[in-house]
Amino acid sequence: MFSIATIAILIAMLLVLVRLLKGPTLYDRVLAVNSFGTHTVLLIGVMGFLNGRPDFLDIALLYALINFVGTIAILKFFRYRAIGDIMQIPPDKNNKEQQ
Amino acid sequence: MDIFINYCCWALIISGSFFVIVGAFGTYRFPDFWSRLHAASITDSAGVILLLLGMGVYSGLTLITFKLLVIGLFLFITGPTSTHAVANAALISGLRPPTLQSKNSDDPDLKKPSDAV
Repeated sequence: MFSIATIAILIAMLLVLVRLLKGPTLYDRVLAVNSFGTHTVLLIGVMGFLNGRPDFLDIALLYALINFVGTIAILKFFRYRAIGDIMQIPPDKNNKEQQ
Repeated sequence: MDIFINYCCWALIISGSFFVIVGAFGTYRFPDFWSRLHAASITDSAGVILLLLGMGVYSGLTLITFKLLVIGLFLFITGPTSTHAVANAALISGLRPPTLQSKNSDDPDLKKPSDAV
């Protein structure tokens, strides 16, 4: 049962990786990375149950936290060209919503 | 009773992995970023919930089920949030669904998809 789920999740990861490499725009890639992270969370959970040691769920929870933070950090960087405090950045001319 | 739990577990996990595959296949196959967004959130919602529920039923009422509940709750909150963040960032950068790029649209910050980041 869990082996079927593991194989399914691995196949899904491969598909998402292909989208990651092929994705034309940046946001396809960010979407693929986010989806890959969710698949990793599921894989850790299922593999834990597969090997009879379901204590890996703490790692899965941690990975879910970090995956979310990573996605938001990437988006913030590509929007403001900086992750730190945005207030000091001079307003760049072609960013419409800042005018 | 045990057999019923076993069948319930099987059904949940198999359908969960089915939805994970469907979501990933959609993310790979759909033509446009916005439709891929929909496909990716299928894994985030149906796949996660069914798989975690199946594992919860399998492990019965123990600490493991509580951990699964916490993971499910967290993914329930951050899944849609991160998908929304990606969609918002793409929208602001000028990425538009193909049908909305008509010449005479008065969308102020409409840019050709070519110069989207």
